Amino acid sequence: MDLSSLTIKEASELIRKKEISPVELTRVVLKRIEEKDPRINSYITVLWDEAINQAKEEEKLIVSGNYRGPLHGIPLSVKDIFVMRGVRTTCGSKILENFISPYDSTVVKKLREAGAIVVGKNNMDEFAMGSSTENSYFGPTRNPWDLDRVPGGSSGGSAAAVSASLCFASIGTDTGGSIRQPASLCGVVGLKPTYGRVSRFGMIAFASSLDQAGPIAKTVEDAALVLNVIAGSDPRDSTSVRLPVPDYTEHINEGIKGLRIGIPKEYFIKGIDPEVEGAVRKAINFFEDLGAHLEEISLPHTEYAVSAYYIIAPSEASSNLARYDGVRYGFRSPHCESLRDMYTKTRAQGFGAEVKRRIMIGTYALSAGYYDAYYLKAQRVRTLIKRDFEKAFERVDVIMTPTSPEVAFRIGEKIDDPLKMYLSDIFTIPCNLAGLPGISVPCGFNSEGLPIGLQILGKPFDEETILRVGHNYEIHTSWTRRKPPFA
Amino acid sequence: MKITRETVLHVAELGRLEFNQEELEKFTEQLGRILQYVEKLNELDTRDVEPTFHVLDVSTPLREDVVESWLTQDEALENAPHREEGFFAVPKFIED
Repeated sequence: MDLSSLTIKEASELIRKKEISPVELTRVVLKRIEEKDPRINSYITVLWDEAINQAKEEEKLIVSGNYRGPLHGIPLSVKDIFVMRGVRTTCGSKILENFISPYDSTVVKKLREAGAIVVGKNNMDEFAMGSSTENSYFGPTRNPWDLDRVPGGSSGGSAAAVSASLCFASIGTDTGGSIRQPASLCGVVGLKPTYGRVSRFGMIAFASSLDQAGPIAKTVEDAALVLNVIAGSDPRDSTSVRLPVPDYTEHINEGIKGLRIGIPKEYFIKGIDPEVEGAVRKAINFFEDLGAHLEEISLPHTEYAVSAYYIIAPSEASSNLARYDGVRYGFRSPHCESLRDMYTKTRAQGFGAEVKRRIMIGTYALSAGYYDAYYLKAQRVRTLIKRDFEKAFERVDVIMTPTSPEVAFRIGEKIDDPLKMYLSDIFTIPCNLAGLPGISVPCGFNSEGLPIGLQILGKPFDEETILRVGHNYEIHTSWTRRKPPFA
Repeated sequence: MKITRETVLHVAELGRLEFNQEELEKFTEQLGRILQYVEKLNELDTRDVEPTFHVLDVSTPLREDVVESWLTQDEALENAPHREEGFFAVPKFIED
């Protein structure tokens, strides 16, 4: 039996029954990373020794009858945006190349408490800014379905690692689509929870009003098992919401008869890859066979979402990234002539091109004389986008769209055209602006064998429904069982 | 609005960044195109629309102010490029 190809659900059953050991499972995963990752580059840091040591500890606990639940003894990874005590956290940037986290992020703390084995830190676009993982200081990640193509981004390392079975699941972050878009491009499941569902403490900030952590997993049910562990309020994050966390697997097997599905006409536009549209429409029609009702809806402000996002996110980023000044941590440029020169040279040499671009856009949008015209305007448009969804959700339970207008594109294809790259997130961005939960579920392959994703959006804090809907689709199809050629 | 090199230089200074000539050309062109794209927002009349700075409608939660142990001074200084006697240290600069 190839243990690495199991789902969390399957592997955890075997661990619980003591038929396989966490140490054995961790060795299998580490061996695969050693063999496969030099070509995929999905990890920035692998915790070779720490992971084995931790697996031994967890094994002892399990053998002595202290089984802690479905993640106990399961090798997982986290995007290199989550700080982890004693471990390097780079955020994909030169400026944090040698940063050793002094404490655990809440996500990592919760994974540890659940007995999960963190095997490494995944590659990502620098500071989570990008849609291809080409903006990493540590080199691009390659898509396991075609090594000449991008895995999407910014959580591209996480999605590629899950897809190539180099971990059982990974925690990514999603500011404008960074969990869902790479999940779609790598043929795996990616869940962005409602803003406020998962603590952002210890997750390096990009755009604080949009950032949210969530699982990238092999199946919808695995994503639910991971969300069970990482969700919940946290006194260290005042934006984490104090609502009870349900067991996300409890109702996952219930049917969807009578479910009302909204199909927004603005998401099926000219320019979308016909094969993507075909696969997504076919998936949506399949829900009708399962007893759901389809309804065409309108989200009229969709076309303004990318513009609003590329004001709001860079504005927040320009403020959040002001802390990288070479004084307290991170890279410092040598040979400077003044304090100001030290700040400037440190940032000019420490940040990559895309990060600088976003700092420039944000600084411009917030600068004297432009605040009302850009930042305030964008926040008003955000209200309109949010209202579109509120209105739609009066009539439907979930909304279905393509996750991405296209399949994985070639490495280098868009890197010199930032605007073209920004438009990769056209279908994922509105959900972040409105703070909604969204999931990408594999729904087919194009003629070249590249994966296509279906996006399911839900009402605020109704992750349960989108997980149930996704699971219903998954158990009737076999897309998630197909493995990439480089895995 | 047309973005000039002077604007880019000014914004770079505000953001504590600097560019060489080649980068400056590239950034001027790219920022111009991006800002031209976002001008699309002006098609919408938003005079009577309140801004959404935050999607959640919650007030700041309060908690008891309790002392707890967190990072030691050593731990807090661990990642400093340069430290001296328990402080973050920067080079000595003599400026006018």
